Amino acid sequence: MIIANSYDVTLSVAGHDFVTAGEAASQIKRTLETLNLPPKLVRRASICAYEAEMNIIIHACRGQMGLRVTEDKVAIVAHDEGPGIANLDRAMEEGYSTASEEIREMGFGAGMGLPNMKKCADKLSIKTKVNEGTRVEIIIYLPTSEG
Amino acid sequence: MDYFHSVRLDREKCKGCVNCIKRCPVEAIRVRHGKAEIMEDRCIDCGECIRACPNHAKYAERDTIHDLTDFAYTVALPAPSLYGQFRDNVGPGRVLAAIRSLGFDDVWEVAFGAEIVSQATREYVENNRNPRPLISSACPAVVRLIQVRFPSLVDHVIPLESPMQVTASLVRRLKAKETGLGLREIGIFFFSPCPAKVTAVKSPVGGLRSEVDRVLGLTDLYGDLLRNMRQERPCLARADGSGIGWGSSGGEQAASGIENSLIVDGIHNVISVLEEIELGRLGDIDFIEAQACPGGCVGGILNVNNRFVAGVCLQHLVRDLPKSSSLAERLRQLGLEQVEVPSIVVEPRPIVRLDRDLKKAMQKLQHVNELMERFPGLDCGSCGAPTCRALAEDIAVGKATETDCIFKLRERIMGLALDTYNLAQVVPPAMDTRGINKVGGGKKGAADTSGTDSGAKT
Repeated sequence: MIIANSYDVTLSVAGHDFVTAGEAASQIKRTLETLNLPPKLVRRASICAYEAEMNIIIHACRGQMGLRVTEDKVAIVAHDEGPGIANLDRAMEEGYSTASEEIREMGFGAGMGLPNMKKCADKLSIKTKVNEGTRVEIIIYLPTSEG
Repeated sequence: MDYFHSVRLDREKCKGCVNCIKRCPVEAIRVRHGKAEIMEDRCIDCGECIRACPNHAKYAERDTIHDLTDFAYTVALPAPSLYGQFRDNVGPGRVLAAIRSLGFDDVWEVAFGAEIVSQATREYVENNRNPRPLISSACPAVVRLIQVRFPSLVDHVIPLESPMQVTASLVRRLKAKETGLGLREIGIFFFSPCPAKVTAVKSPVGGLRSEVDRVLGLTDLYGDLLRNMRQERPCLARADGSGIGWGSSGGEQAASGIENSLIVDGIHNVISVLEEIELGRLGDIDFIEAQACPGGCVGGILNVNNRFVAGVCLQHLVRDLPKSSSLAERLRQLGLEQVEVPSIVVEPRPIVRLDRDLKKAMQKLQHVNELMERFPGLDCGSCGAPTCRALAEDIAVGKATETDCIFKLRERIMGLALDTYNLAQVVPPAMDTRGINKVGGGKKGAADTSGTDSGAKT
């Protein structure tokens, strides 16, 4: 048997589908739990995954979430075909939101998504192009084996 | 693992059906050798399996009233939900007198401790802005659920002792002082609505010694209580409505007066709320009252009355109770200034699903996924595991085999049958006369047996 050095999951996310919202993040969470990763780390990764997934659902037409677990880190990549982020610096501010009124009335789009991800991730990198899409990469390092 | 569990199996009664495995919120039951087996490291003693078992093969271990003779002085501690078990014109004075007449020296309502804990909860929520939401620790099944299945949320649990422990500690000290007996000569008997609180006494969270000595189930004593419902002793009733309200869902929130709260009951509903919190949601809520039993403690499986009826009885009782003096005033009358609610430590106790080693866990998870592609996905439970996924995980850790799935077994049998059939068609070359009439001859060795053409079919 081949010894696995990484564990990968790819999930697709449909834009504007609030019925299944959170399912990709839940699956990522379940995978990390099953791999017996430390609870606190699972929580941070789950929050990032959820925020990233909600961003796709709120703003984009469609997207994909990828999870890769290796011996030293958890990487979550969310990329979408969507409007892109016009002002990334502002988007990182707490409370800044471009979500529509309807979406905010539903209790989403409070402008905390990216700031929350930044808080929970060890590394957050965003590549975005207006009217094309956004790629968000979240890295969380695993504690060393002693930890 | 050296850990007391109150939820037990009566092997005689168990028929090995799948009702309990399907309902267990932590997938802690497997059917093996025709009987349900509980995995002790996972079980949270919520009692869902007792509720689900049609054969009454699951039960809650508890003490008996015969243990009264173990102590010099005994006090009964009825849970608030106990008041919901009688008609609503039966007030606390009569219920408490009936309990005492079972042979106790005194009786104290846990509802009194609930008032103290309500106040402490409110203060805790006000003084600790982080994290949000905070979750009540009153229901021991919910606390254990969090430890086992939501270990990342242990910081959200309000680390305060339960009303049961607070009342027991208070009463033990008061009675020792009053009687001159040693603290441990006082026997504190709690009337529990559920197995989770039995476990909370026998194996307290945090590992401290419980202040309660014995736990009784109302189901065992209900008949005796009904027969003894004659006297009326209002002086035994010390709790006010807010403490008694804890007996059903929403009562704790009402008593603590924390406005920005969410109330959830039923363990599967609690799980869906905890799932949301794990994803970072509900952070705008201050306090969550979560109870494992539907309807709160009145829905506990050691209670007798229909939980809806019990809930209404309790509501009426709370509504009609004459207003008592303030808690501080009642404590002063007992010679107490203030009662501190001790803190508890809620440690995470996550289930090791596949392997502690990440590399091995990844390999096993890969195996689980491969199995999941082959399994029917019906979650029928015939293999003894609650879902196909649970079976796949059991196989990955070497606790089950693929043919435990009856559909996979059927496929294997079908394969074997086909193999058997095909093998039956095979003729050893020495005897094979097929193709002998073909131009160019038949197989080697069969060529010479001319004249005995068996009519090999086309």
